[in-house]
Amino acid sequence: MPVQNFEQIFQGKIDNEVKIEPKDWMPDAYRRTNIRQISQHAHSEVVGMLPEGNWITRAPSLKRKAILLAKVQDEAGHGLYLYSACETLGVSREETMNDLHSGKAKYSSIFNYPTLTWADIGAIGWLVDGAAIMNQVMLTRTSYGPYARAMVRICKEESFHQRQGFESLLVLSRGTEEQKAMCQDAINRWWWPALMMFGPKDSESTNSDQSMKWKIKRKSNDELRQNFVDMIAEQIKTLGMKLPDDKLKWNDERRHYDFGEINWDEFWQVVKGNGPCNKQRLDARKKAWEEGEWVREAAAAYARKKASPNPSKGGALEAA
Amino acid sequence: METTYSNNKFSKVPPQDGFRVAYILHLADNSLILGQRNAEWCGHGPVLEQDIAITNISLDLIGQARSFYQYAAQLINQHSPSPGGGRGEASEDSLAYLRTEREFKNCLLAEQPNGDWAQTMLRQFLYSTYQYYLYRFLQTNSDTTIAGIAEKSLKEVSYHLRWSSEWVIRLGDGTEESHKRMLRAVDELWSYTGELFIPAPYEKELSIDTAFLKDDWAKKVNTVFDEAALTVPSNVFMQEGGKTGTHTEHLGYILSDLQYLQRAYPGCDW
Ligand SMILES: [Fe+2]
Ligand SMILES: [Fe+2]
Ligand SMILES: [Fe+2]
Repeated sequence: MPVQNFEQIFQGKIDNEVKIEPKDWMPDAYRRTNIRQISQHAHSEVVGMLPEGNWITRAPSLKRKAILLAKVQDEAGHGLYLYSACETLGVSREETMNDLHSGKAKYSSIFNYPTLTWADIGAIGWLVDGAAIMNQVMLTRTSYGPYARAMVRICKEESFHQRQGFESLLVLSRGTEEQKAMCQDAINRWWWPALMMFGPKDSESTNSDQSMKWKIKRKSNDELRQNFVDMIAEQIKTLGMKLPDDKLKWNDERRHYDFGEINWDEFWQVVKGNGPCNKQRLDARKKAWEEGEWVREAAAAYARKKASPNPSKGGALEAA
Repeated sequence: METTYSNNKFSKVPPQDGFRVAYILHLADNSLILGQRNAEWCGHGPVLEQDIAITNISLDLIGQARSFYQYAAQLINQHSPSPGGGRGEASEDSLAYLRTEREFKNCLLAEQPNGDWAQTMLRQFLYSTYQYYLYRFLQTNSDTTIAGIAEKSLKEVSYHLRWSSEWVIRLGDGTEESHKRMLRAVDELWSYTGELFIPAPYEKELSIDTAFLKDDWAKKVNTVFDEAALTVPSNVFMQEGGKTGTHTEHLGYILSDLQYLQRAYPGCDW
């Protein structure tokens, strides 16, 4: 069959909402776009463990400590599902991770901001997981099957994270003056970076058109961002806090909230590596990977020994 | 050596319950401090699956600590009811966050630094082995709350023991480097194992037979070390004091992190 026919069959499936599966023929660019996007997403989950992990040992109550530990652990799990989804496209986890460590692959810029106070943990859950959900709910219907299925599992947990983050801020917002100030300060610092998570404006987004045609994406950056603003502008009323935007105002005609202009210089600076923590995040990941090398080697060596047909000793592993 | 069970915070607790509270706090502190140490790995593990596994263990330990602290708080509050209720009463958080270095009763092993993966695995194995036999013993304790927590936790602890012994074997019998690192870990940690079997005053009062535990513990450690091509050290001088509040210098730093927010913003809800 000529490639053209393959392409027709492929686009036909997309148009008819049939998922593309690993063994199906797909255009090279479709494969590459999915690899890029899924791996970026996987890296975001794993790098995202760092800013929140920063407060695990200092969580203010045993209950909060347990919630935070479980949350960060969930993110590791998300990373795993996504690396597996990536493997179905023919790239190993090791290759994918090497691209992160070499700086070739990106991850969500939001994680290049520091967690300065405890309130940042609540703000991340509420705003960052909240923004991620907007994107991920859309991705549960993405055209590549393994990615869509990973998203279904992940979305359930992400909405739990968002509720927990909100609840943690709610307690602060009803606490002492110092706690309220801590809460407002965290919202001030995380609000704009959270809006940037949806990427450049539609007019400047390079990959969008083709991704829409292939139904990798189904909503534009600006649409998703607007949905997010509309959601948060309502939720913040319960907190009795303010979003740091003078232009935020309900627009009755549009049936949406209007909001101010994002600082796109800052956005591009952080993408280029000049955010407050780009270096620290990447260094932390590289350090974990490099210091884990002897462990992975030892585990592999031991597994090889056990697989060889020369069982020298009994099986304490099983008996233990 | 001065014991801290008669600490003035619990001055209204009669002596017999004082020993019991001290023992429960000892159990709670062990789990909390080791859980806190393991939590330092979260996000930095050698491979994602193991990052998840060590975090699981941390979560289990913190869960056990919470059960024990809640019970200790209940006993303390029974003897000193605060008329207004609420603040000033003992709670899982007041016990974890507002006691000092000298009041913590965890064994020294739990507070030792993570070191490398070998050291963390060995610490977990040595401790989980102890905890496994201890909880098995406590399951039949006449204090049904302690027995209940031990029984519920035993499943978790069995898993910790299996997982950590597998790692000790894998690293001991893996590569030359991993073997070398295990040897170093044994060297780092062994002197903190003796304390586990030296009864503190509250253990004596409550007839916790630590000597009996030692035999089971030693047998298990021997079996796993043998499989891991490691040798059980002999004639090592044993450090002690953690159980009665005399710790290594590490504990102060652990508590500085752990208790920071509660100390900086006293009396807040979180
Ligand atoms: Fe996630
Ligand atoms: Fe995500
Ligand atoms: Fe999340």
